[in-house]
Amino acid sequence: MVAELKSPMTNQASAPTVEDAASGHANTPRTIGVLATRRAQAGRGWGRRALIGIVLIWFGALILAPTVALVRAAFAAGFSEFVAALSSPEAVRSMGLTLGITLAATAVNTVFGVTFAVVLVRHRFWGRTLLDGLVDLPFAISPVVAGLMLMVLYGPRGWLGGALDAVNLPVVYHWPGMVLATMFVTVPFVVREVVPVLKEFGVDQEEVAYTLGAGGWTTFRRVTFPSIRWGLAYGITLTVARSLGEFGALLVISGNILNRTQTATLFVHDAIESFQPQRAYAMSLALAFLSFVLLVGMESLRSRVERRERDGGTMSESS
Amino acid sequence: MSSPDVSATPPSALVLRGVSLAYLGVMVLLPLAALLAQAAQPGLSAFIRAMVDPFAWHALMLSVWTAAVMVAINAVMGTLTAWVLVRYEFPGKWLVNALIDLPFAVPTVVTGLMLVALYGPTATLGVVLGGLGIDVIYHQPGIILALLFVGYPFVVRSVQPVLMEMDRTEEEAAATLGAGPFLTFIKVILPTLRPSILTGSTLAFSRALGEFGSVVMVAGNRPLQTKTGPMYVFGEIESANFHGALVVSVLLLACSLGTLLVLNQFQGQSRQGGSHGR
Repeated sequence: MVAELKSPMTNQASAPTVEDAASGHANTPRTIGVLATRRAQAGRGWGRRALIGIVLIWFGALILAPTVALVRAAFAAGFSEFVAALSSPEAVRSMGLTLGITLAATAVNTVFGVTFAVVLVRHRFWGRTLLDGLVDLPFAISPVVAGLMLMVLYGPRGWLGGALDAVNLPVVYHWPGMVLATMFVTVPFVVREVVPVLKEFGVDQEEVAYTLGAGGWTTFRRVTFPSIRWGLAYGITLTVARSLGEFGALLVISGNILNRTQTATLFVHDAIESFQPQRAYAMSLALAFLSFVLLVGMESLRSRVERRERDGGTMSESS
Repeated sequence: MSSPDVSATPPSALVLRGVSLAYLGVMVLLPLAALLAQAAQPGLSAFIRAMVDPFAWHALMLSVWTAAVMVAINAVMGTLTAWVLVRYEFPGKWLVNALIDLPFAVPTVVTGLMLVALYGPTATLGVVLGGLGIDVIYHQPGIILALLFVGYPFVVRSVQPVLMEMDRTEEEAAATLGAGPFLTFIKVILPTLRPSILTGSTLAFSRALGEFGSVVMVAGNRPLQTKTGPMYVFGEIESANFHGALVVSVLLLACSLGTLLVLNQFQGQSRQGGSHGR
């Protein structure tokens, strides 16, 4: 059977065509198979249309329609109301806080992420697999539980709480706690995206650099970094998106007191709780817009990373 | 002049290693240890008592149940979506492909509001569905809907690369043997996809167990009806019942980590990096 399948191909310069089959010229099992598959794919049957239809309806009802509904709800009371809600001092302050926290958390976790990825991939030491799993831990933890963990550790009766009180460094119920919470949930992203790129890249060029006399930092800056930059950019984008959207942990850390410091997400929550849906929808749309911009970035970076992976590692030029 | 050293200079390597380990330890390990220690501190019987509290137990079961329903639906729809995106062409495909990742980018509270805006009791679809007797928002279907939204990309992005890499000759062989497209799918394609479907589903399950922001918006906070595990934890923190919150937190964590560990064992290999499915 295999021989029958294989032999027709050696007699043909190219893949069998419809004309070959029609002329009876290459009426072989292989041709029939290819044509049958092609027919199924070209979908002259109802099957393909039905499947596409089902998926589009699902996608529409789940992803697209709610997005449209949000836009409509945000502008329900008119454009000027939308602008007014977004330019209120609380809204502006909350967005500022969100952006500040995002910047801090992203900066720290980018440095950590790259460093740890290098350590994981390039160094050998006991417990490496364990640490690999540990980095992923924040993915498995509910944001509320993460907030609770930080409360237990840094809160007034927590392990480190007493020490922090002594040096008058308030963490919980204040913005440092919020930065910590956001850092916690975004620990894995940069590491996870840089590790495979580093593995793909290989040490050859780095070793060449060493033999030419480059120190560690120079090698990193001029050899390693250019090769990981798309994976790194993708990881950073994921980190930013996650930081913008963090809610559960912040809700716990900030203590849910009236007039407490609000991030954009807390602003949305509080607006709903105080029966001001317009403000909630307005801020939500602003956040959704930012997410969309990040999404576009994510998608283009993702295709760049995948293209790099396909083109393969060691000696390819960094684009 | 320093002479070139072919191997990484030990002192700087140790510093890098030490600093990153210290960061990981303080940021991740320490809070986890604190949680476990505080939860265990009042003793085992207190732990069990907090666990079997009817409100706590119901919240946990609701989380597991809604996550499981979501995973079952999503395994099918996610695979179908990946199939359509890889194998077929249609206008607007690029847009659909890009928007699949929207749940990864959008804040969870925004997700919840989006669903309320569409399916809420006073909203367009909400009124229609309500007339048909289907209550979505503030009821369990709403929770499952929110979970379906946040879990959508996991299976799709897990299955897509495998589908794209797939060797078509087996399908063609099946076709020559007379198998129709459906049978070919069940017997030839599905077994190849099974590991990636499983991976995506487990990640989605783990995510769903802990989902809070969107569920808070759509669930309406009714104890013994729509109060999930994370919502219960938050409620207990607010009413200063920290032990109850800690116990349910540990159980949620155990469920989440447990399923991930089982997946690892089942796949029989360490998970690859490059978590495009996150």
